[in-house]
Amino acid sequence: MKAFATLIKKLDSTNKTNEKVAALTAYFNQANEDDKLWTIAILSHRRPKRPVNTTLLRHWATEISNVPLWLFEESYHIVGDLAETIALILPTKNSLSETSCETSVDKSLTEYIEEIIKLKTLEEKQKKEYLQSTWLNLNYFERFVFNKIITGGFRIGVSQKLMTRALSRATEIDEDILAYKLMGNWTPETTTYQKLILETNEEDYLSKPYPFYLAYAVENNFQEDLGNINEWSFEHKWDGIRSQVIIRNDEVFVWSRGEELVTDKYPEFQKFLTNIPNGTVLDGEILPFGNNQIGNFNDLQTRIGRKNISKALLEKTPVILNAYDLLEWEGEDIRQKPFSERRKILDTLIGNINSEEIGLYLSETMRFNNWDDAANERELSREKRSEGLMLKRKDSPYLVGRKKGDWWKWKTDPFTIDAVLTYAMRGHGRRANLYTDYTFGLWNEGKLVTFAKAYSGLTDAEFRQVDAWIKRNTLERFGPVRSVTPHHVFEIAFEGIAESSRHKSGIATRFPRILRWRKDKPMEEANTLDDLKALIPK
Amino acid sequence: MQETPLLIFNDNGIYCSQAEVYIDAWKPVDKCIITHGHADHSRWGHKNYITHTKNVPIIKHRLGEINVTGKDWGETFTINSVTFSLHPAGHIVASSQVRVEYKGEVWVFTGDFKTENDGIAEPFELVKCNTFITECTFGLPAFKWTPQAEVFTDINNWWATNKTENKTSIIFGYSLGKAQRILKHLDTSIGKIYTHGAIENMTNVLRENYNFHETTRITRDTTKKELLGNIVIAPPSAHGGTWIRKMVPYVTANASGWMTFRGARRRRAIDKGFVLSDHADWDGLLKTVKETGAEKVIATHGYTEIFSKYLREEMGLDARTEKTQYEEESGESAKKEGEVAE
Repeated sequence: MKAFATLIKKLDSTNKTNEKVAALTAYFNQANEDDKLWTIAILSHRRPKRPVNTTLLRHWATEISNVPLWLFEESYHIVGDLAETIALILPTKNSLSETSCETSVDKSLTEYIEEIIKLKTLEEKQKKEYLQSTWLNLNYFERFVFNKIITGGFRIGVSQKLMTRALSRATEIDEDILAYKLMGNWTPETTTYQKLILETNEEDYLSKPYPFYLAYAVENNFQEDLGNINEWSFEHKWDGIRSQVIIRNDEVFVWSRGEELVTDKYPEFQKFLTNIPNGTVLDGEILPFGNNQIGNFNDLQTRIGRKNISKALLEKTPVILNAYDLLEWEGEDIRQKPFSERRKILDTLIGNINSEEIGLYLSETMRFNNWDDAANERELSREKRSEGLMLKRKDSPYLVGRKKGDWWKWKTDPFTIDAVLTYAMRGHGRRANLYTDYTFGLWNEGKLVTFAKAYSGLTDAEFRQVDAWIKRNTLERFGPVRSVTPHHVFEIAFEGIAESSRHKSGIATRFPRILRWRKDKPMEEANTLDDLKALIPK
Repeated sequence: MQETPLLIFNDNGIYCSQAEVYIDAWKPVDKCIITHGHADHSRWGHKNYITHTKNVPIIKHRLGEINVTGKDWGETFTINSVTFSLHPAGHIVASSQVRVEYKGEVWVFTGDFKTENDGIAEPFELVKCNTFITECTFGLPAFKWTPQAEVFTDINNWWATNKTENKTSIIFGYSLGKAQRILKHLDTSIGKIYTHGAIENMTNVLRENYNFHETTRITRDTTKKELLGNIVIAPPSAHGGTWIRKMVPYVTANASGWMTFRGARRRRAIDKGFVLSDHADWDGLLKTVKETGAEKVIATHGYTEIFSKYLREEMGLDARTEKTQYEEESGESAKKEGEVAE
């Protein structure tokens, strides 16, 4: 655990990618295989199930800290991280200092995690005893790491990509191959380091998806940089759930981009088995599709959240797969073939089936002779229920992860509206103790009606300014939330808009964020709810 | 009719109407007692300043030619039957608490204070009182300081490690107080100590009364090469500016109580955070409140609402808060970040 805690501390205390990779590589070179596997798991968001709910954690931590619960809650709002708050308020047998790291007993990372997993089966009293005594035996930073393993969400600025790079350096296995090995539904309880990383085992690959290729947004003047327009294939950028559908061995597997196996959520895709041969992997977008047309992303929300997909829901919100790429064909990985060739096979495959019956459609490719024509098509995006255009180089292979060069997204300009800041909440992580999470309202009959929350879009300096203003202009406090004097106007951008009965305003917006601070605009001139409603596509 | 309290909080500052004297006023007044040299406590424009003798050169350096009277620790002075005296607050060099006594009733205002002896500031003196007006910048149980000896071991180790990598160490600290505290405890066997001009100027003022290691001011002629492996003490405002850009390759650190929070360090894009504060931590605040024997406590700045609620509910004290214009709640006001006295 000491080695792991030291690693996390190192990762946490530098902003430089090279140093992070170096620290991880060094760790992978010296840790035992079990610890390595757990480290990989944790850094790819595969933590053990939470054995204790956070309410109990709070109670047990305050009990041995001589801190009343209300004070713990206040501290938590300010610290912005539960694991960190608990680590901070517990009595310090061992100090914050680095020099005093040697005082605690050491068990390996794996031993601690095994204890945490076992905890789930214990009585509450035993859980409490275990946690309290463990806390008191760890020094501050180890305690923080231990709590993080329990509560989850290790956000320390290490992406899976960065971790994979370090692992690649330590094992001398190619980064893309490692990325592939790390995909899928494994946990350290179901595999070993040997099996997952070092061995090649055909059976394991049955359900395994390929790493997704992700596009960057186009840059300024991209038209010049992309060269001959004839080298590019265009498609609409569909607004659904990016996913890979695998058909192997008479089974269907559906993976979301977050590497989550979501097969059970889309039972309609079982129909693919009748028409799609084994050894096929499709890349595409899951879209809501009622009455033979693409629905709104909001409809999909009801499908994403549910564990049990009822018959009624299936009828109310049917989905389809809109396929745009083929990664495996006849059992062969064809990602290195040019896009145009992959598409040719895909086009034939889907051309020969009855899309309506199977629920498998083709995302049409388009070609344009000049950028003006392409731009005109982009203008139609909203009408066609897309988010803009995708540009794919015809001769490009299917790459791993987010890479510049062969795929670009050219999104439509967002919707924008000017709204008034009404509530603020303290942020988390690097924004802890700063009011950075805002709620915005629009005018309706002389009152401000909440319509969206946004957390991003201002610079650090602007956030500090708004934070200071909020502290001076607080009307009321509700736990971590403050209502503020309506005054400041912000331009809010968002990608999609739809009517919604779940929202106070009756409107749901998609991915709202702050575009800019309209210091020039008095709040009376902010937009109205009717202005917002007028943006809903008819 | 109820008697006017000995000290009240009005639009100008903390006011003793009986003596017609202010303490750490934030608007220009006739007569003002100053606890210490940080900008939010010693403001410009008062007609007469009263402060500790050793603070006189400090505020003169900051405010220019002012009309100021110096007092020694514990020296009493009486204005219209109100007796005043200054007592070490341990916050920074020459920082005072102000004791105010009238008709047997004693009030103390801490200004800013810390309980740990930092080796340069005159150590905090506990003053018994009836009403205790206190700061609580770090008034949350999440704040617990490590003895500074350990922190300075960490800082010196950090410097030594950077030196082996042939990098320049840059450590940020407020130019009055934190900078000299760091300077005092650096291990000069590791290398040379360089300073930003603002810190060099202030340190030279302090050398009149205090001993510090030798420092070298960074000028236009200072070369990148001579800095390598050595340490630079700079004010937080220098971070991200052109001034440090020419020192590449360097590693940055911040020494502040706010470094307790991981988020605070990451937000500032600083490589390393050392938890080192010139304010009292949670335990220090509570212990001091208890030991003053005060029945009434007024919290002026910091996590005031939370702190006074704790004093009321958990310690049974008559505690409340007063709005002042001293440093704000989070230490991250719209002022240039880090310029906040800490």
